[in-house]
Amino acid sequence: MTNHWIDIKNSDCILIMGSNAAENHPISFKYVTEAMEKGATLISVDPRFTRTSSKADIYAPLRSGTDIAFLGGMIKHILDNKQYSEEYVALYTNAPFIVGKTFDFKDGLFSGFEKNPEGPVLGRYDKSQWAFEMDKNGVPKMDRSLKHKRCVFQLLKKHFSRYDLKTVSMVTGTGEGDLKRIYDVYSKTGERGKAGTIMYAMGWTQHTTGTQNIRTMAIIQLLLGNMGVAGGGVNALRGESNVQGSTDHCLLWHIWPGYLKTARASNTTLAAYNETWTPTSKDPLSANWWQNTPKYSVSMLKSFFGEKADAANEFGYQWLPKVDDGASYSWFDIFDAMYKEKIEGFFAWGQNPACSGANANKTREALGKLDWMVNVNLFDNETGSFWKGPGMDPGAIKTEVFMLPACVSVEKEGSITNSGRWMQWRYQGPKPLGNSLPDGDIILALGEKIKEVYRDGGVYPEPIVNLKWDYATDGAYDPHKVAKEINGYFVKDVTIKDKTYKKGTLVPSFAFLQADGSTSSGNWLYCNSYTEKGNMAARRGQEDAVNNIGLFPEFAWCWPVNRRIIYNRASVDATGVPWDRKDWVVYFKGDEKDGKYVSNKWLGDVPDGGWYPMQNPDGSWREDAKYPFIMQKHGHAQIFGPGLADGPFPEHYEPLECPVEKNYLNAQMVSPTAAVYTSEADAHATCDPRFPYVGTTYRVSEHWQTGLMTRTQSWLMELQPQMFVEMSEELAGLKGIRNGERVNVISARGKVECSAIVTKRFKPFTIAGLTVHQVGIPWHFGWRWPSSGKEDSANLLTASAGDPNTRIPESKAFMVNVTKL
Amino acid sequence: MDVNRRQFIQITGAGAAGLAVSGLGFDLKPVRAHAGMLKTKYAKETTTICCYCAVGCGAIVHTSKRGDGRVINIEGDPDHVINRGALCSKGASLKQLTENENRLTAPMYRAPYSDKWQLVSWDWALEKIALRVKETRDSSFTVKNDQGQVVNRTTAIASVGSAAMDNEECWAYQALMRALGLVYIEHQARI
Repeated sequence: MTNHWIDIKNSDCILIMGSNAAENHPISFKYVTEAMEKGATLISVDPRFTRTSSKADIYAPLRSGTDIAFLGGMIKHILDNKQYSEEYVALYTNAPFIVGKTFDFKDGLFSGFEKNPEGPVLGRYDKSQWAFEMDKNGVPKMDRSLKHKRCVFQLLKKHFSRYDLKTVSMVTGTGEGDLKRIYDVYSKTGERGKAGTIMYAMGWTQHTTGTQNIRTMAIIQLLLGNMGVAGGGVNALRGESNVQGSTDHCLLWHIWPGYLKTARASNTTLAAYNETWTPTSKDPLSANWWQNTPKYSVSMLKSFFGEKADAANEFGYQWLPKVDDGASYSWFDIFDAMYKEKIEGFFAWGQNPACSGANANKTREALGKLDWMVNVNLFDNETGSFWKGPGMDPGAIKTEVFMLPACVSVEKEGSITNSGRWMQWRYQGPKPLGNSLPDGDIILALGEKIKEVYRDGGVYPEPIVNLKWDYATDGAYDPHKVAKEINGYFVKDVTIKDKTYKKGTLVPSFAFLQADGSTSSGNWLYCNSYTEKGNMAARRGQEDAVNNIGLFPEFAWCWPVNRRIIYNRASVDATGVPWDRKDWVVYFKGDEKDGKYVSNKWLGDVPDGGWYPMQNPDGSWREDAKYPFIMQKHGHAQIFGPGLADGPFPEHYEPLECPVEKNYLNAQMVSPTAAVYTSEADAHATCDPRFPYVGTTYRVSEHWQTGLMTRTQSWLMELQPQMFVEMSEELAGLKGIRNGERVNVISARGKVECSAIVTKRFKPFTIAGLTVHQVGIPWHFGWRWPSSGKEDSANLLTASAGDPNTRIPESKAFMVNVTKL
Repeated sequence: MDVNRRQFIQITGAGAAGLAVSGLGFDLKPVRAHAGMLKTKYAKETTTICCYCAVGCGAIVHTSKRGDGRVINIEGDPDHVINRGALCSKGASLKQLTENENRLTAPMYRAPYSDKWQLVSWDWALEKIALRVKETRDSSFTVKNDQGQVVNRTTAIASVGSAAMDNEECWAYQALMRALGLVYIEHQARI
């Protein structure tokens, strides 16, 4: 979330799309309701009339996988009716940037496309063809009047001119009247002082166009001036209590802690790494925050390897593994390689891939090709016990399995980071049950054992023996020691601006980190979370900030540097005056003399860099100011995004499996760069009469993720006991299926037995004159619990195909059939 | 007197209960006093953050100071500025997640081709895992890739997990996995 949970109350219009927040993030509705009580409008767009829809002022259905068409129509509406915030767009976004002449879009393809017969991505773009034109100083050429025919704004207009109401309605199945009403209402948040927000979740990410779904909305938010303001932003409602923190600490192949890039094989030295991944900007008004990359990478290496890391050995840079340039090591790639017997050992730590990943049959088969697996969990799960699951013959499965019992969160101490980026500390209540242990103790003990077996040698033992691993107190894992390591220390006496920081003291914030090895910080983004002032995440202050918009700056801690709303300097105009003077986020209150600011003072939230506003009160530009989007190389938010794999503008493509034979918006059916896997266990079927219905997955309030932490509880099981498939009365009538009857749901990859739930919440869609039915299944079940063994995972049906940028699976749109048992 | 929101609720709640019973003809005061003490005198009170979705709701855990030292009750934390005491159905069931007879309470091992689990000690399991890691890593370790570039990695071991861990655990875990040379490091955020 660019904003945070409490901030939803400040919104004037809340769009919930790609999420069923009322059901899956129930407490968020405290703030949705509060906003509505103050007059906000709630809009729910979903294939199904959900619990969220039941609370909404406006509900509209759309067919799964057509969000870009829906939102693209909104972009056209905003531009056609001039509802955008012109001052904001011209000043803070890259709408004025001039795009080079090689950029083009034709027949559904951007310029620079090449097919990729080797897969798994269907094709690739040469992104250099989408580059901006630079002036002689190396700064992007701009036309702040937005009139140049190759400026981003004009290209955006041209790109979305095809997204008229009629075409959008034909693609999405949403009525033209519903589209127009929603566009009208939401676009009003472009008025000065109004804020609209978006709450989305996996309903947007789990598509072959997932990243671009979100980008389409980000473009809308920028056009309407909704980024950085209270009650605005782009808000991903994350589904796990610490999935924000685990992402920040980068348990992901492509990034190192704090979103640093994983080293590529071509980054042969630390200097080459830093040079490759440190962007440079020639624009004096761009903060280009990532220019600090070397300070963060070196400080991170100092945390990995402590005193063993020094300038002479590139701070241990060579000890960390490198990935091949252009290759992918994502979830899909892991299970594809495992299926092809290229992986021998596997850790499934606090995860249940036998149910959680797409195409679960492939995953389960792949697990049988391992030599060994370590499964750490609270409960016996479908992953650890895969060898005795449905269709498995234990006597034929070689995989050796270690099942290790972790304790639950209330039995240990440490912090987690919520969706609003708040890092919160929690404490130990009871001791771990039986012989279960905190994950931290297991990790620490395993690391010690591995260090021990490498003490007498082995292949390339340096990274293992040199790994700093002094995180125990009295023989037990100490979360405070790791939390301090993540924050970082001065590892030598360091003098900064006449103040000396003693060796061994905690670094106050990332502004103090150094690239010469004199500081450590496990994750620069968390530098400021545990300082000499104490454990900031443990704070419980009840006072709100001066602007009284629910920031609660002394409750817990939030990255970066306790900034509660990011991009917040975009919430003020060029002279530092908030667009919204009632619910303002930051307010420039420096002294003024003769039309010029002469002192620097911001009130409210921690500003995105404390520079002066862009202009003086007399309208003159300041030379010491910085654009507010400080993480972007050129300081401007990107309406045109030339860094993405699938194009600088979003475009509607059909899901890999879809019910229509034509894409009514362009000549390509599916995303030309989608990642599609093609092993024997990967079957796909589109427009196939065997699988005539659109299938989608969703969640229920009473269960969580694969259900392992809820299916094992009697209270919650009493509320939601069974796997089910929800369908319309029309489809049930067509198939002769009665409510409550057991049926099979079948895709090209698998079959799941479900209880039929026949409701008015699904209605057939009319897509280009054809009737299209959609069904929905929750994904929380698995054969291990309940003990009947009859309730299994929705992911037995989903496909190994995903977004080209993230490789997140397309679990929200695939084709199925429903048959009576 | 400084009274925070939670104390206020406790005070006014107790006051309202006192008024309500006054007409019954018998005195509930001693019972109420005893009930009030159950959580405070006989229990340790700690705060936690719910482990399900990422709203980050606060909860209060009461753990018995006597006997088995287990959880007596878990309820919403009224002083938590996000949820102000409210919890959803999952959060309200946190106690049952903790005090749950289905939980794993000892390490287990399944040998190749076996059809059963056997209980093992932590020491045995960790020792064996460390040896497996070393065997696989050492036999598969790639110093240089096909282009002759130094990569110092193994692609024969993969890891998934975990958003279910604390920040500090995530950081330590990724450090260990990366030190081992793993590049197949993924978790829930990818799916």
